[in-house]
Amino acid sequence: MQPVTTVHYLALSVALLLIGTVGVLTRRNIVIILMSIELILNAVNINLIAFSHQLQNVNGQIFAIFVITDAVAEAAVGLGILIALFRNKETVLADEVNLLKW
Amino acid sequence: METFSFYAFAVLVLGGAILTITRRSAVHSAISLIVSLVGVAGLYLLQQAEFLFAVQIVLYIGGIMVLFLFVIMLVNLDEAAKERQFNGQWLIALICATVVGLQVAWFMTKGAGALKLAQVPVAAAQTGAPVSPGNVEAIADVLFSEYLLPFEVASVLLLVAVVGSVVMAKKRI
Repeated sequence: MQPVTTVHYLALSVALLLIGTVGVLTRRNIVIILMSIELILNAVNINLIAFSHQLQNVNGQIFAIFVITDAVAEAAVGLGILIALFRNKETVLADEVNLLKW
Repeated sequence: METFSFYAFAVLVLGGAILTITRRSAVHSAISLIVSLVGVAGLYLLQQAEFLFAVQIVLYIGGIMVLFLFVIMLVNLDEAAKERQFNGQWLIALICATVVGLQVAWFMTKGAGALKLAQVPVAAAQTGAPVSPGNVEAIADVLFSEYLLPFEVASVLLLVAVVGSVVMAKKRI
């Protein structure tokens, strides 16, 4: 087997990003849409760590820490919004929340 | 050995991700997402990012996933599980995924030579590297000197997120 290079990590990261994108675009359940966003953020982190390792530079890992911080904030606020939404509309399906739709 | 571990973790990551977006029950999705995140943590370990490995386990799997499971428990998802799980946007999703995938694949084949990504094996890159302090010390040195201001801004961001989520989840706003 050929050794693992940065390109392998980039390909894995792209695959994870695309799976997350398909999840965001096709699922109706808001909880699972939020989970797909977590997948996308993890794809970004794999990318950052791969380049950090290849260039032997720790800055990529710092950025990955900031991305994780953002993911935590996003999950907390998103799930808070979901609870408020469920309390008001009794639904967790994204396309039933259509008040602002044309 | 490293190649084998990479492919094992890659299977964990991608299999968990595919299960996450296809399961009907949100709890099954959450458990698949945990599998995927464990795989990502393993990839961090393969690339000598030990601190991020620990952060991934403690924060993602211990923190965010417990948050998700709490919300799944609070919100009644039984009704939603009986409904249709996918909206009819398969065509748009496939077009988006194909376009982005082709773009990135094109740039990777173009840029692989320029960046010498394919030529330099990851393991060989660090044989000549000087003996450095541990990963945690290296991160701390940079984080608390060069990135001190972004670090403080991130803490303010977390404070805003905490206040915001508490206000959102309050009974009467």
